[in-house]
Amino acid sequence: MIAIGERINGMFTVVKDAIAAHDPRPIQELARQQAAAGAAYLDINIGTAAADQEGTMKWLVETVQAAVATPLCLDSQKPAVIKAGLSVCDTSRGVLLNSSPLNRKSDPDVLTKYASMAMEAGGGLIALTMDSGGVPQNVDRRVEIAAEILTKAMELGMMPEKLFIDPIILPVNVPGAQAQPGNILAAIDQIRLMSDPPPHITMGLSNLSQGTAERPLINRTFMIMAISHGCDSAILDVLDDVLVDAVATAEMLMNKQIYSDSFVKAYRSTSGAQR
Amino acid sequence: MPLPASGMNYTGSVNTVTLGGGRRKTTVTVGGAKTVPYGGPRAACGHRPAIAIDVLDAPPEGWPAPLAEAYAGVLGDPAAWARKAVEEFGADLVCVKFDGVHPDKGNLGADHAVDVTRRVLDAVGVPLVLWGCDNAEKDNAVMPKISEAAKGEKVLLGTVTQDNYKNLTALALADGHFLIAEAPLDINIAKQVNILVSDMGFPLERLVMYQTTGALGYGMEYAYSIQERERLAALGSDKLMAAPLICDVGTEAWGAKEARATSEQAPQWGDAARRGPAWEAVTAVTLLQSGVDILRMRHPTAVATVRRYLDRLWGTKA
Repeated sequence: MIAIGERINGMFTVVKDAIAAHDPRPIQELARQQAAAGAAYLDINIGTAAADQEGTMKWLVETVQAAVATPLCLDSQKPAVIKAGLSVCDTSRGVLLNSSPLNRKSDPDVLTKYASMAMEAGGGLIALTMDSGGVPQNVDRRVEIAAEILTKAMELGMMPEKLFIDPIILPVNVPGAQAQPGNILAAIDQIRLMSDPPPHITMGLSNLSQGTAERPLINRTFMIMAISHGCDSAILDVLDDVLVDAVATAEMLMNKQIYSDSFVKAYRSTSGAQR
Repeated sequence: MPLPASGMNYTGSVNTVTLGGGRRKTTVTVGGAKTVPYGGPRAACGHRPAIAIDVLDAPPEGWPAPLAEAYAGVLGDPAAWARKAVEEFGADLVCVKFDGVHPDKGNLGADHAVDVTRRVLDAVGVPLVLWGCDNAEKDNAVMPKISEAAKGEKVLLGTVTQDNYKNLTALALADGHFLIAEAPLDINIAKQVNILVSDMGFPLERLVMYQTTGALGYGMEYAYSIQERERLAALGSDKLMAAPLICDVGTEAWGAKEARATSEQAPQWGDAARRGPAWEAVTAVTLLQSGVDILRMRHPTAVATVRRYLDRLWGTKA
C-alpha cells in the first residue's frame, strides 16, 4: 500500500510551534520517524499555522527533504502554494500533489491546474470526488465525479496510474454522516472498474475519527475495510504500529503479499516505496 | 486524447547472480529479468538461462541404460565426468551432487567429499554447484568441509531449508559462496526460508530459490505455477522473492517411468534411447516458460536439445 505519512501538518501543535519558531528539528524528526516506519510519501500541510503560506511551504519542503530521501506529498487547496512548494521540491524522487476537486465555483479549471503541475513535475495527483456542489452524500454522485476526473485527467495526458482518487471521508460522528463509510466502499468498488489499470484510491483516514472516542480503533478498522474493497493508498499515521501491522495483514489476506510465517516482519522490512 | 500505454510496467526485477570466482575461467550470470518469461521486450528479459550438468560424487546405482551409456567410462571418476560434461557436452556449470555421502547411499565421509570437490575444481574451469546429499545431519557434517575446500570460488551451495539453514548459511557467508534456498513446492515456506537466511545477515542477492521440481507427468504443473508466481512477485518488487530459480530437471525426469522403462518393457512407447532424453528435454523447456534460470540436467541429447531451443529463443549462442 502507498502510505502517505500525515504527521507534518500544521494542525498538530508540535508542527505549528516549529513553524512559528522556524525550528526545523521537530519537523525533521517527524520526517525521519515516518520514513523509518515505511511512509512512501510524506504529506506536507501548513494548516493554519502561518500567514505566509507560500513561504512556509517552501521552508517545510526544504526542511524535510534535507532530512530524508522520501518523496513528498504537497498538500494545499491553493494552487499558488503547491507551485511554491514545487519550486524548491526535488521531484526526481517523485512527488504527489494533494489535492484538487473536479471544479470549484471560484475556480472552474482547478483540476487542470493541479494536473498540469503534477505532469510537469512527473508526479501524481490526488483528486477529490467533490465539485462546486460540495461533497456528495451518495454513492452515485461520487462515482460520477470520479469518472469525470478520470476522463479529464486522461484528456490532459495523465495516465490512471498517476491519479489517486480520494472519495473523501468525513467524521463519522457528524450528524447524518454515518452512512458515508459504507457509501465510500461502494463507490470504491465502482471507481476501480473505470480503467485498467485503475486509478489509485486514497483517503485521509484520520478524518473519519475526528472528534470521536476510540480514534485509533475506528481508523484501523476502516482502513482494513477499505483495503478489502481495493483501496491501495491512504494518508495516515504510519507511526501507529498496530495500524501498519493491520495493513500488512489485510494486504496479505488480499493476496497482495505472499504469505510467510514472518509476513509482518517481511512487510516492515520492505521500504515504503515498494510496499 | 493520447492512446494509453498498453504494456505492463513492472516495478521490480529478478536479482542478477554471477557465479564463479577464484580459479574459475568462466563466470555464469543469470537472472535480471524485468518482465514475465519471454513476454516483454528483449532488453527486459535479463540473462539467458544456464545449464548445469550433474556429476555424481560416487558411481550412480540403477541409472537407466541411455544415461549410463552417455557417461560410460567416467561414472566412477568425477573429475573426468566433469571434463566430459564441459568439453563434450558444453555445460555452463557443473553440479556436483554428493549422493555418495548419504547414509543410505554409501555413507562416504567428508574426506571423500573434499577430495571430489578439489578434483572437480582442478578438472574444469566453469563455476560449480555443490549440492549435498539432502540428509540434514550428514550435510551439516560434510558441507562445511566442501564449502571450505571451494573457498573463494563463488560456488552455488545447496541446499538450505526452513528446518536446516543456520549451518550452511554461515558457511556460505564466510566462504563467499551463493546459496540455494529450498522449499517443498510451497511458496509460503520459500519466502520464509529467504527471510530466515536474510535474518542471519546473508544478502538476498546471493540466493537462488529451489522449489523442488516435478517432471512432466509428475507434478510439473505445481512447480510451474509456483515459479510463475515467484516471478510475478519479483516483478512486483517483493525483494524477498526476487532470487533467480534453479530446477533439478535431470533427477526428476529420469525418475519417471516413461523415461526409465526399457524398449522391451514398454515397446509401445518407442525407443528408450530417444524417449528418456525427450522426457528430460520437454520437462526443461516447459519449466523455462515459468521463468527458471538454472537447469540441472543429465542426458547430453536433452542438454543439446535445450541449448538449441535457447539459441533460437535468445538468438544467441551460449
